[in-house]
Order: sequence, then C-alpha cells, then structure tokens
Amino acid sequence: MTSDIARTGAELELAARLVGLARSIAGPTAEAEVTVRHDAEALTRFANSMIHQNVADATTTVQLRLHLDGRTAAAATTLTDPDGLAALVERTIAAVRLSPPDHLWPGLIPPTPLHHSAGYHGSGERSGLDFGFDEATARAAPGERASRVRDFVRAAGGLETAGYCRTVYSSAAFANSAGQSVEGRAAEAAMDGIARLNGSDGVARLASGRLADLDGAVLGARAAAKARAGERQVELPPGRYEVVLEPEAVADLLGNLAAFGFNGKAWSQRESFAELGADQFDPSITLVDEPLGSRSEPAPGLPFDVEGTPRQSLVLVRDGVTKAVTHDRLSAAAAGAESTGHASAGSRTWGPTAAHLRLEAAPAATEPVLPPADPTSPTAESARPLVARMGRGLLITDFWYTRVLDQRSLVVTGLTRNGVWLVEDGEVTSAVGNMRFTQSYPQALSPGLVLGIGSDTVLLPDRWSGVRYAAPALHLASWNLTGNASG
Amino acid sequence: MDHFDEACTAVQAALDAGARYADARIMLRRTEFMTARDGDVEDLGSSESAGLGVRALVGSSWGFYAVPDLSDAAARAAGRRAAQIATTSALVPGPPTDLVPAGAGEATWASACEIDPIAVPLSVKGDLLVAATAAAKSAGADLAEGIYQIWDTRKWFVSSDGHRIDQHIRECGAGLTASVHGDGEIQRRSWPSHRGQYGTRGWELVDELDLVANAPRMAEEARALLTAPLCPSGETTLVLGGEQLALQIHESVGHAIELDRILGWEAAFAGTSWLDLNQLGSLRYGSELMNITVDPTIPGALGSFGFDDEGTPAAKRDAVRDGIWVGVLAGRDSAAVAGLDYAGSVRSDGWARLPMVRMTNVGLEPGPHTLDEIIAATDDGVFMDVNRSWSIDDRRLNFQFGCEIGYEIKKGRLGRMLRNPTYTGIGPKFWQSMDMLSSETTAWGTPNCGKGQPGQVGHTGHPAAPARFSGVRVGVRA
Repeated sequence: MTSDIARTGAELELAARLVGLARSIAGPTAEAEVTVRHDAEALTRFANSMIHQNVADATTTVQLRLHLDGRTAAAATTLTDPDGLAALVERTIAAVRLSPPDHLWPGLIPPTPLHHSAGYHGSGERSGLDFGFDEATARAAPGERASRVRDFVRAAGGLETAGYCRTVYSSAAFANSAGQSVEGRAAEAAMDGIARLNGSDGVARLASGRLADLDGAVLGARAAAKARAGERQVELPPGRYEVVLEPEAVADLLGNLAAFGFNGKAWSQRESFAELGADQFDPSITLVDEPLGSRSEPAPGLPFDVEGTPRQSLVLVRDGVTKAVTHDRLSAAAAGAESTGHASAGSRTWGPTAAHLRLEAAPAATEPVLPPADPTSPTAESARPLVARMGRGLLITDFWYTRVLDQRSLVVTGLTRNGVWLVEDGEVTSAVGNMRFTQSYPQALSPGLVLGIGSDTVLLPDRWSGVRYAAPALHLASWNLTGNASG
Repeated sequence: MDHFDEACTAVQAALDAGARYADARIMLRRTEFMTARDGDVEDLGSSESAGLGVRALVGSSWGFYAVPDLSDAAARAAGRRAAQIATTSALVPGPPTDLVPAGAGEATWASACEIDPIAVPLSVKGDLLVAATAAAKSAGADLAEGIYQIWDTRKWFVSSDGHRIDQHIRECGAGLTASVHGDGEIQRRSWPSHRGQYGTRGWELVDELDLVANAPRMAEEARALLTAPLCPSGETTLVLGGEQLALQIHESVGHAIELDRILGWEAAFAGTSWLDLNQLGSLRYGSELMNITVDPTIPGALGSFGFDDEGTPAAKRDAVRDGIWVGVLAGRDSAAVAGLDYAGSVRSDGWARLPMVRMTNVGLEPGPHTLDEIIAATDDGVFMDVNRSWSIDDRRLNFQFGCEIGYEIKKGRLGRMLRNPTYTGIGPKFWQSMDMLSSETTAWGTPNCGKGQPGQVGHTGHPAAPARFSGVRVGVRA
C-alpha cells in the first residue's frame, strides 16, 4: 500500500495549481475551488466461511467547481495527467458558460484554519495530518485482513460465517480562489461478520481508526454466541413492546436522524422534525457529531469538507434539547447560519448530513454491579445493565432495510435482524423470530420514553466507508412492532 | 482508440503471477446530472472517470485490483496485484471454483441513441428543469424538485478465455417531484416516478416524459392528498399501478432469484433468499398469470447490454413460467457451483468495482386485461401507485411498501383519493394472489439498486403492468 500513499503536500500543490489554471482561462473574476482526493479502499469479504471476494482499489479524484458571471458548474475527473486536468478545466468552463443562472450561490469560504482534535495537534496552521492518523492501518496488507477473517471463522467454532474486514486510507487537499488552503488524511478499519446456525444469525461489528483494535477471534466468538442463543425462536404477536436496542440497532437510529432529521436542507425546507431550542428528546439524550476523534479515538474522517470548511464537533442535541442542524454553505445561507462543515459531493441536492454521530453514553457509576458476563449470553456488554432492569420486553440486536414513510415525523419501517430475544424479569428467556416495525424515531426518543442508556460506547462502521457511529445500548419504553417477518 | 492492449497486458500479468484465469475491464465513463428546485437550478455536476479493474483466479480464490491509470506499466502492476490478493484469499479457502462457458469471442455492441444526451446544451436541459419545477411551484407545490442524470460508458473487456469485447452504453432519465407541507406531514407526487424514468436511450427518452405538462397535476394531487382520508387498515383487494409493481418485482423477485444470494455469498449484508435450489423447476412462486423473464436484450430498457461484465452474450431467459420458479440470475462461478449451465447477469458499477450478480431487465410479461377492466371487475378494494417507501427482509419474503397515492375502488369504479397508502405481505403468498394482469407494460428503470461490499449501485429494468392481488393487508401505520 506504500505506493498508494500520496506525498505530503503534493495534493495541496495540485489543488492550488488547478485553481490558478482555471482562473487564468476563465478570468480573474471566476471563483474557483478544487479538491484533490485520494482513496485506497481494500476489503476482504467472506461467506460460507471462505474468502470469496478480495478487492482493493486506489483512486485519485480531482473536483473543480467554478462560479462565473452568476453561473456555477462542477466537474470531476480521475484523469490526473496534464491532458486530463486541462480537459477538466476546459469542460468546467464550458459548462459554467452554458449553465442557467445560479441564484443560490453562497460564495467561497475565506481562509480559515482547521480545528484540532482534543488530543492531537496539527502539524501546522494548514494541516490536519496528525489527527490521530494510524500509519499501520493506512498501509495494511491483504494478509492482515485475511488473518482477521481466519480468526473470525475459527472462533465461530464450525458455524457458517460471513462478513468482511476493511481498511481505508484517504488523503485530500482543498484550495480555493479566496485563499483557503487545507489538507488532511485519515485511516479507518472495520470488521463486520455474522455466524449462522439453523436459521439463527448472530452479528459482531466494530470500527476503529486502528486495524490493530480489531480482533477477529473476539468478534467471531461473539457472533457465534449470539447465533447459538438465537435457536428455537418463538413468534410474538405484533404490538408495542419495551425494548433494549443494542449498539448496532442504535446506529440505525443515528443514521436516519442524521440523514433526515438534522439535515440542514431538510430543516430549511420544513421537511424535518427538528425545532431548534425545543425539548424534543428525553433529557438523557445528547447527540454530537464528532468528525475529529479524540485522544483515544483516531479521527474517523478528513478535517474539512468538500467546500474547505473545517470540521469540528457539533452538538445537535444536548440534554434533550435540539441545538443545531448540519449545514453546508448553501443550506447555511438559506437559513442565515454558518456552514458546520458538512458539505459533500451530494449535499446541494440531498442536504448536508452528519457522518460521525455519537449518542453520549451514560456515566458508568449509574449502573448496577452485575456478575461477570456469561460468554454464552446473547446480550452485548453495553446492554447488560439495561436488560437487567427490564421487566418484560425485547432485546433487539440490529435493524435492517429501514426506510422512511414520512420524513417530517420520521416514521420508519424496517425489520429486526441478527437476533431478537424476549426478556422477562431482567433475564433473556427465549429467542424471538424477526419482526417488522413501523415507528417514529424521534417519538421513540421523546421525553419520558428513554428508560436508560448504556455506559459502554461501541464504534460501528456504516456500509459506506467514511461514515461511523458511536453508540451505546438504549432502553426504550415503547417500540411499535407491526408484524412477524414470517407473515 | 481502443484499450484492448492495456487490458491484455493486465490479464497476462495476472496469469504470469499464477492465476489460472484472469479478466480485465477498462471503462471510460462520463456522467452528468442537474437538479432544480422551485424554478432555479440547484446543482450541476459532471465527471469523467477512466480506469482498469483486473480479476484473477488463483486456485479456488479470487482477487481484484483496480487503478485509474491506463499505462502499460500500471496495467501490468494491477494484474500482478490482483493475483497476489487472490493468493492471500487462500488463507481462508473454499471448495474448488469452476466457470461455466461464456461464449468467448470478439464483439462490439452499442445501445441505441437518437439524441446524444451529453451533447444536448446545458441551457436546454436546465431550462427544462427550471420550467418544470416552476410550473409545479405555480400550481401550488411548497417544494418542486427536478432531476436528470446521464451516463455514457465505454468498456473494453478481455479475458484469458479469449474475450475481446467493447461496448458503448448511453443511459439517461429524468423526473419531477412536487411536495406540499401539511400539519406535521408531507405529501408528494412524482412524475413519472419518484426517481424518474431511465433507460439505455438518448435524450429522446426525457423529451417523451413531458415533465412541464405533467408538473401542475403533480402539485394539485399532492395538495389534494393533504385532505384526503387515510388509507383504511385491513385486508382488501389491491390493484397496483405499473410503476409500483416494477419495484415489487425488483424487491421480491429480482433480488430473490440472484444466485449469489441463494448460495449465501451475500448473507452478511444484502442477505440470502427464501428460494432453495432443490426446488428450482417445481416451486410455485405465484399464480399462473405470473411469468417473469430475465431479458437484457430489450431495446432501451435500463438493464440492457450486449454482453455482461464476464463476456456472456445477452440472452432472454425465463425466471418464473406459469407461476413456477424456473431460473436465476447467475454468474460464471456461481452457476458452476449450482450445477447450472448459464450465466450472463454479472456487472460492476465501474472499473473500480468487482463484477457481481446483478439484475438486468427482470420483468413481468403482460396479461390479458387493461387497468380499466381490472378496476371495473373489482367490487371493493384499493388502487395504489408510484412508490414512496420500500422495505423487505433479508430473505426477500416480508415486504412493506408505501405509495404516493391511493384511491378506493367501489363497485367497479375509482372513488375517493386516499393518503398514505401502504401494503405489506409475504412474497409467494402475494404473488399467488395475483388474479388479474394488464397488458399495458412499461419497462421502468431503477438507477439506484444497492448491493455489494464495497457498495455498488446498479441500473436495472423492470417491465411491469397494473395487476390485481387479493387478500392484501393495507394501511400499516406507526
């Protein structure tokens, strides 16, 4: 992987050079911004307990956006030789001259330094290169991923297994004609696998900025324990149930809240439930977007967005009160606010979305002292204290195929997956077949309905690299299960 | 200029590094999209991408490597790297891997295109979206959004089995959505569907959609939905429009017949399938009206091509005949594992992604009726159309769909408009209840089918016509 890691500063030089080239052709009044981004993603995938797909790619993409005479156009290319870059500039200039007027252009970000994470200092005024970056993860070889898969498969003790181990290295630089000039890099690793036994699936999933944090044997054993505990499922009648959601299921809540609830464009268009300053959630809920990591958690992504806006922690909900939504420069201009550093390639159309959402865990001191964990138990460590307090309800591991029925109220339908259990008097009493739910997510988290939050936060990968959730388990008073998956 | 030489270099390098089979695809793709909102262009972007992806089979293990560099040296290095990755895969090996034949040969294919969509001036395309969204806004929409998307892809495919195939596929499409905001809810109507209509055609497809003329009606219907009664809850006779039935086919048939899912290769993510290969040829999937074909040869449909990304020529095949499950979507390796003798449904969403089993055009053959006849023959029921939400379990059995608009059916006539129509069911039970099927078929395009890790977005086609189903649970609510 060594050759895939770009020389420090090379991307920034290229970005600055392209800004100059674009303005030399389009004229000095052109506003130009350039992102040069290199991504090297490698993913070792297994199914039926064998590696069946093993892939890697390394791609550099250059994106140019121009605003000229009241019109805007953007173009990108992977052709980074002189001819390819010249064609990019020519194509963008031609497009901007033919484009319809852009009445929404919010302007370029002026020179603005990056924010530094809590635990790490940047290497300079412009650089975010030391945001907890793990060189070993960026350089991980195929054998390091395959060995973790082997450990996962072995630890499952003969159960059928499937999943992946992924490492990703990204570096990028941004420059614009207003003088903003920043660069950064990030590495991430993730492992996600299931073990299967007689129609019962168990899952183990973990993300980190360090591949070394991922232990295939630990994850394989955990998935297998869940699968074994999920045999002999009963079906329960539909209805409202008290639930403990394990971190994997909580991550789904965070993803949908980020995409539809705290999306600044949706909020501006009155298509979000979010009301700034309103007590919309239980007082135990605090949600923070944390793109910069901390001393113990390497930064999960780059320290700036595609408009060059520095990223920083953003409190979306504090103690149940909605505090903010995420903005790019366009949605911020529409709302009379500042960009929060959430621009992406698609944010003008789909809206700016938080990609590193954290549900704050409860202080450990608030939890009862429990006996040592039973290795055959299906209950995640983060969920154990919550399950112990539940009279009768369901322990739900994971959600699947969740889709929004009504965006404003964020009513979502989906299914449970990878393990559901009936809990009675604080004990798991039987496995339950998968069920369909139809539930408003913010309503489920509304005041008085959050009965507890775990103290143990788990970092979870999204299906797309560059997105990560930090989730403890969550104890909710009511979840609307509308049918059995079997019909 | 062709790129066979670079692809050959990559394949040879993989073979020299120990691969017993290798293939390489070089792809050049240009894309363009525009979105508009309330009479203004909101976003305009284009991209140009070129690269090489190499797949190597060493023993029974696959490796894949991709680079955005078409130089001879890069091609050689990529071939070696793919073989090295495949060698690493052997650390967790499986049973021997074979490939069914793919009709090796040299060929050229291009999709039909009357008006090159990229050559249409941006000002013309922008004026269309501006006019359509302005028309919807003027007719009462609180939010009017329009979109068009264009893909222009050239591919050169070479394999160690002797393939040398180049293809040029042009795809485009467009759509419009009008939303209105009520007290705590949003209603929307889309034309011609939520994401629009797409095909392997030129800009003539977009012209035929007539977005501007249909925009006011979308806004008016969305406004009317705000005060329409809720779709009732309970079991009833359900008539689906063709657009919704296309997604029903996609989710509850198309994905279920993907052989990689049936074999467990997608178990951890996309999921498996309720189908058991032991029942291929005997399982009743639906009523006798149900005839599903896999047909990448349909002119202009979004899932059409000349050859799949393993070099197998496009061919029409039955998946369900007279209600009986008879075929799958397969690749060369998955077909060999399953003991089948055909492949032809493997594609990647770009040079940087591994080709995998994907839907092509999976569609329902037309029936003997018309929608009007179906409505007239229905004493009591609900009509729904245009998808709003979709969800299905990981075995492709339990589904729940929401539609943008519904109407009650009373004594053979459409009655009141119904808001928030939803329905839920179990795949085979649902399809076995289909008792009337229209002949009014449209090949709907789905440009956003997600699958695979790393994620890939597939373009699929779904010929579908309105149909009637009995005993369906409707009106599921939070």
